[in-house]
Amino acid sequence: MSQPLLESNNKGIYCSQADVYIDPWRPVKKAIITHGHADHSRYGHKKYITHHLNIPIIKHRLGKINVSGVEWKENFTINNVKFSLHPAGHIIGSSQVRVEYNGEVWVVSGDYKTEDDGISGTFQPIKCHSFITECTFGLPVFKWQPQKEVFDEMNNWWKDNQDNNMTSVVMVYSLGKAQRVLNYLNSDIGTIYTHGAIENMTDVLRKNYDFPETIKITRETKKIDLKGNIVIAPPSAHGTTWMRKMVPYVTASASGWMSTRGARRRRAIDRGFVLSDHADWDGLISAIKATECEKVICTHGYTNIFSRYLKTLGYDARTEQTQYEEDED
Amino acid sequence: MKQFAQLIQQIDSTNKTKTKVSALKTYFDQANDKDKVWTIAILSHRRPPRPVNSRQIREYAGELSKIPSWLFEESYHIVGDLAETIALILPPNKGESDKPLHAYLENILKLKSKSDEKKKAYLFEHWEKLNYYERFVFTKLMTGGFRIGVSQKLMTRALAQSTGIDQDVLAYKLMGNWKPQNTTFQSLILEENPEDYLSKPYPFYLAYAVEDELEDLGQPEDFLFEHKWDGIRAQLICRQNEIFIWSRGEELVTDKYPELETFKDYLPDGTVLDGEILAFPNNDIGDFKDLQKRIGRKNVTKALLKKIPVIFKAYDILEWQTQDIRSTSFKQRRQILDKLFQNLTDSITPFHLSETMQFQNWEAVEEERQKAREIRSEGLMIKRADSTYGVGRKKGDWWKYKSDPYSIDAVLTYAMRGHGRRSNLFTDYTFALWNDDKTELVTFAKAYSGLTDKEFKEVDRWIKKHTTDRFGPVRQVEAQHVFEIAFEGIAQSNRHKSGIATRFPRIIRWRKDKTIKDANTLEDLKKLIPK
Ligand SMILES: [Zn+2]
Ligand SMILES: [Zn+2]
Repeated sequence: MSQPLLESNNKGIYCSQADVYIDPWRPVKKAIITHGHADHSRYGHKKYITHHLNIPIIKHRLGKINVSGVEWKENFTINNVKFSLHPAGHIIGSSQVRVEYNGEVWVVSGDYKTEDDGISGTFQPIKCHSFITECTFGLPVFKWQPQKEVFDEMNNWWKDNQDNNMTSVVMVYSLGKAQRVLNYLNSDIGTIYTHGAIENMTDVLRKNYDFPETIKITRETKKIDLKGNIVIAPPSAHGTTWMRKMVPYVTASASGWMSTRGARRRRAIDRGFVLSDHADWDGLISAIKATECEKVICTHGYTNIFSRYLKTLGYDARTEQTQYEEDED
Repeated sequence: MKQFAQLIQQIDSTNKTKTKVSALKTYFDQANDKDKVWTIAILSHRRPPRPVNSRQIREYAGELSKIPSWLFEESYHIVGDLAETIALILPPNKGESDKPLHAYLENILKLKSKSDEKKKAYLFEHWEKLNYYERFVFTKLMTGGFRIGVSQKLMTRALAQSTGIDQDVLAYKLMGNWKPQNTTFQSLILEENPEDYLSKPYPFYLAYAVEDELEDLGQPEDFLFEHKWDGIRAQLICRQNEIFIWSRGEELVTDKYPELETFKDYLPDGTVLDGEILAFPNNDIGDFKDLQKRIGRKNVTKALLKKIPVIFKAYDILEWQTQDIRSTSFKQRRQILDKLFQNLTDSITPFHLSETMQFQNWEAVEEERQKAREIRSEGLMIKRADSTYGVGRKKGDWWKYKSDPYSIDAVLTYAMRGHGRRSNLFTDYTFALWNDDKTELVTFAKAYSGLTDKEFKEVDRWIKKHTTDRFGPVRQVEAQHVFEIAFEGIAQSNRHKSGIATRFPRIIRWRKDKTIKDANTLEDLKKLIPK
């Protein structure tokens, strides 16, 4: 058997023909980066190639790096291997990577979701022979509601809290979920305050996006200003003294893990909104079907269960150990 | 059903007791009487018997969801709750249903005797009509175990707020063997009975744990000492020739301990004792496992009464000759109690006294605590002699001074994924100890708490790389890591492969400094069992 076009080694997903890695977790010469989450875009590569919308993000996170940006569907060739990036719908600047050599096509999904969130680009299935897919939520219990319903609930929740003289605190990841939430919050209800980590990341993205106005919470922010308003904070702020200023407050988290009651209880969060930047069960299955692929390689998530199920559907499916973490959602 | 499902959702989406109670109160204000009776029944563990067994309901849910049964089982394992798994996994509902809660429960009562075909058809019909939370509640009613973070006490509090009836009176009204299908809200709750007030208990007074040095408490001469008995803290009330027993959870448990009825013969009218219910098999204080056999049982059989009788070990007296004496000193109250006990003519009774002790120095107190395990107590109680019987937990007068937990070094042998947030991590562990000649590791306990998130991640990574075998969701791992496991109690057990049951096992620390050869043996563990 000849060498597969893409394979996983101890540094990441590797294309030996082009000597290029995709989302490597150890320093390499040349890396194609699907998106800006920390487990996919790491320090230390000599050369980064990514979608131009992702450049401000990874520069903000990694500092000075040698990076070149490409457009979606723009072909670039390295040692006769044709590469192109395609929208993944995961977060701003996130892409799938299409790799073609001698008529054989592979696609690396990166992280993706099939519902259009209005800011991250619309996920586009790409026909291929082999599909390397994430399956963070690869269990049939994970099914997302349309986001409109979730955001309506969130705005109502904010309004209710305000009526009860409480401050609303939403805990979300600073890259991706925070901007998605921000984009749909109804600023007619009140003022949107942010934690520094959220404000800084959002600032980086404002150049290309028209997000509602936010106010960063500083030492000067007064308790009375926050009352009845909403605060967007990273999960790490939960339970810290930073929250004192918000008392009395009600907390919420917005993530796919909020589907289960156990997860909500364990996080000691008042309200869990089921809102994920990953595909749900039906999204994963439909995305795979749409690629018309034969081979599926499952990375991060419920890989064993998901690949076993794909086999029952007739796919040549297997799992691959990666070092992507499953915490971001 | 809509109303009830909404109530459950509200309760589910808050961590605050106050919010839960207020949601319940609003529900009791608005629901119809029949639904209210059923809600009270459900929240006081009076569900109808299960109409379908767990195997059937899993099979049907898998069928309706069009997924293979192994996939259903894997999902169930990760979610951890059957009704929740089913509610999540079924396709979105097509119709709607306006049927009230009581109509569902009446159906469920009848369903039990129907054929399997009819049961399946009934489930399919309703699963397809109910939304996520309604489905969850509906399936919970079918499968039992309605644990949603609302105790009977909270429910009673909300009902008291809604009806204006005293909470303790309501608790009394709700005890006994009433059935929701045979009663009404009027007769169960609203009608007044003169005897409702007879059973009213006093709030329990609780002790603080000694955290710093014993010396900081003051002079030992100012205190009376007792052993801290490890059973169920309870109040025993004797009024107008009737006995009522309240547990510390403020639940009436009179029916569960019929042998304590005889206190009628020892106590004059208007007496209230504070004490501990303890298992007493073979005329000796039993261990936690013995008492558990009594706590869980609804119907107390003659055989069980004979095998595991209970005693009431009295600590204190709160009411004497119909007078509330809580404001007199502990010393005086104990004098009354001791005298009452000494005057007993019958020597074989379930009435025992928790003896008080006095010490001249704190070293002697420490020495006495060391004996706790031997005499099956949990440690010592330290009570100021001049203290009144207060309300709730107050610092200063009453202290508990518990024995240190047991601990042992064990080897990690199996792992399973955790639930919810930790469902991607292997965090549920099985631990083993060596057999006598250190040739084989024998499972002795499971534990899933005690490590930091960072440590769990580290262990998880290691497990994923060192799995030697898989049994469904369980992974066998290389015997390589030693953990110190703490537990509160230990007893012989023939249900466990090791022959030993431990209580509340938890991880204290990861002993990276130890190799598996340093782990303890089963023999070491057996030596910890109190003789
Ligand atoms: Zn991501
Ligand atoms: Zn990822």
